[in-house]
Amino acid sequence: MLRPLLLAGIGLLAAGSASAAEGGIPLLKADIDISNTESLQRGARDFMNYCSGCHSMKYLRYNRMAEDLKIPQAELEHNLMFTTEKASDGINSAMPADAATWFGKLPPDLSLMGRERGADYIYSYLKGFYVDKARPWGVNNLYLQGVAMPHVLWQLQGLQKPVFKPGPDGAGGTQVELVGVEPMTAGTMKPEEYDRFVRDITNFLDYAGEPIKEKRQSMGVFVILFLLAFFAFAYLLKKEYWKDVH
Amino acid sequence: MAARPESARPDGGGLLGWIDQRFPLSQLWKSQVSEYYAPKNFNFWYYFGVLSLVVLVNQLVTGIFLTMNYKPSAAEAFSSIEYIMRDVEWGWLIRYMHSTGASAFFIVIYLHMFRALLYGSARKPRELLWIFGCLIFLLLMAEAFMGYVLPWGNMSYWGAQVIVSLFGSLPWIGSGLVEWIRGDYYIADATLNRFFALHVAALPLALVFLVIAHLMALHEVGSNNPDGIDIHDHVDEKGHPLDGIPFHPYYTVKDMVGIAGFLLLFSAVIFFAPTFGGLFLESPNFEPANALQTPPEISPVWYFTPFYAMLRAVPSFAGTQVWGVMVMGGAVLILFFLPWLDRSPVRSIRYRGPIYKIMLGIFVVSFVVLAVCGLKPPAGIYPILGRVCTIAYFSFFLLMPWYTKYERVKPVPERVTGHA
Repeated sequence: MLRPLLLAGIGLLAAGSASAAEGGIPLLKADIDISNTESLQRGARDFMNYCSGCHSMKYLRYNRMAEDLKIPQAELEHNLMFTTEKASDGINSAMPADAATWFGKLPPDLSLMGRERGADYIYSYLKGFYVDKARPWGVNNLYLQGVAMPHVLWQLQGLQKPVFKPGPDGAGGTQVELVGVEPMTAGTMKPEEYDRFVRDITNFLDYAGEPIKEKRQSMGVFVILFLLAFFAFAYLLKKEYWKDVH
Repeated sequence: MAARPESARPDGGGLLGWIDQRFPLSQLWKSQVSEYYAPKNFNFWYYFGVLSLVVLVNQLVTGIFLTMNYKPSAAEAFSSIEYIMRDVEWGWLIRYMHSTGASAFFIVIYLHMFRALLYGSARKPRELLWIFGCLIFLLLMAEAFMGYVLPWGNMSYWGAQVIVSLFGSLPWIGSGLVEWIRGDYYIADATLNRFFALHVAALPLALVFLVIAHLMALHEVGSNNPDGIDIHDHVDEKGHPLDGIPFHPYYTVKDMVGIAGFLLLFSAVIFFAPTFGGLFLESPNFEPANALQTPPEISPVWYFTPFYAMLRAVPSFAGTQVWGVMVMGGAVLILFFLPWLDRSPVRSIRYRGPIYKIMLGIFVVSFVVLAVCGLKPPAGIYPILGRVCTIAYFSFFLLMPWYTKYERVKPVPERVTGHA
């Protein structure tokens, strides 16, 4: 009861500072839940299989992840650790240092992407790829124009094509505005399955950005309760002493 | 003060007696705390002095523990922060207490200063007390700026780039001065290293000394109060002010309530919204410093944005940006002159006429609007809004000698009115 209230109150105070996507296309709601351990476990598995080939997550240690996400030791070592034998290592990618020449830039470390860009952005970005023949990998992204990354998940999602709106002249002139994407070919996953898949990865990235987050919030409830009690006693003490001030 | 002969020193028994013969412990406790008479009518606005002290201690203590694990080098700084956040026991809490404390410091200091504007606390004989306070504010800005650079995120880097470049607009010495501050031709390892030294040693030391001087000046002249009258005009047979009460126990227990209330809000932020929607910890700062790529928008942390907006409000003229820098500097320096700008026969807003109230209202609104302008990109309505509010900000001070002198005021009571 207390926690949602507090969060709502603080959210109201901080409202207005949330950042919109570049280009003005509103972000999709990621609707993640960091207390959903199963979602985080799936996200970790999918991250290791689809992302960690190129993207490191160097500030998250394998054993920390296993502990937080309740992943058994054997499971961790056999199915999730690809680049190292040591569970206390950070998650490194298999990318050689000269990979920058393959993509035009080095695939960024994703440890803090959840904090830098936010969950909604990651979720939207992973759903925002569309076919664009002008790009080196044949795809562009609704939320990151000129994206350097290929659409790694295209087999799962299928391909999308861009939706344009005629420009301000209204007459369907050459000026067009990109407003969205729509499915072009089907993938191996149904749209709901892909949404969940992307949500799990987003959830995992959000966790990885601040592994302590869930504990911090649950601990906060007790801190606030203690301080409320302390406040009450301090107030009563003050009233007692101030009785004789006239 | 001359040394007293042994016979003149207090001769209590026990450990305290032994100490008192060698150090004025009981005497200090009495004169500064248990027999320091403060007006009994302090209201809500009088919590922010003690809260500044609470936040200062918080910053000093958490800062010491952060220093134990932080690496002040361009190659390691960013990673060492993540090390603190993930691997150091309770490191995340210490770091959030420190980062939230920085914002909390400015909130309580701004409210503390606003109190002085409400009740004329800067007026004679408290001019030096006010000046010490302004110096604390100035140093605090330097301290916060350098602290913000230390995590070596991309906003740290580009924020430092923008702020340090401001010195470059000074005529003749500008470019040499910038190089001297940076210790390099660009913001680099040398800059980070020296900012660390200043942030953890030089500035905190100066701050603590100034806070002591601020408190000594306060206890020399006595506290002002919401009625803005001198409680020492009416004393009892022992010489204690009739409207005064000993600081301890009355204000120590009362301040405890204020501190508890503050800690509630402070903890709510630390545990539930430590970035405060990107205001207290800005999102681009979770990306390591990158000299080749600026963040989408370079904006300082919220507590600097009113001054940043004033900097941007002034157009460049005669081929130099120095005017904006002067206006920004002037916005801080003009505070020092407040005790002499105010010519009102009364101190407290309670007995002033409507003009001061309106001017203070305009000042507060313009300060808040400037803070918003500084957070937004300089487009649309914001540049013109920034200019109007900059003029309003300075008008409050520069017109003060006239509107306070000729304003009709209400009669001031002999004794303080009521207490909370």
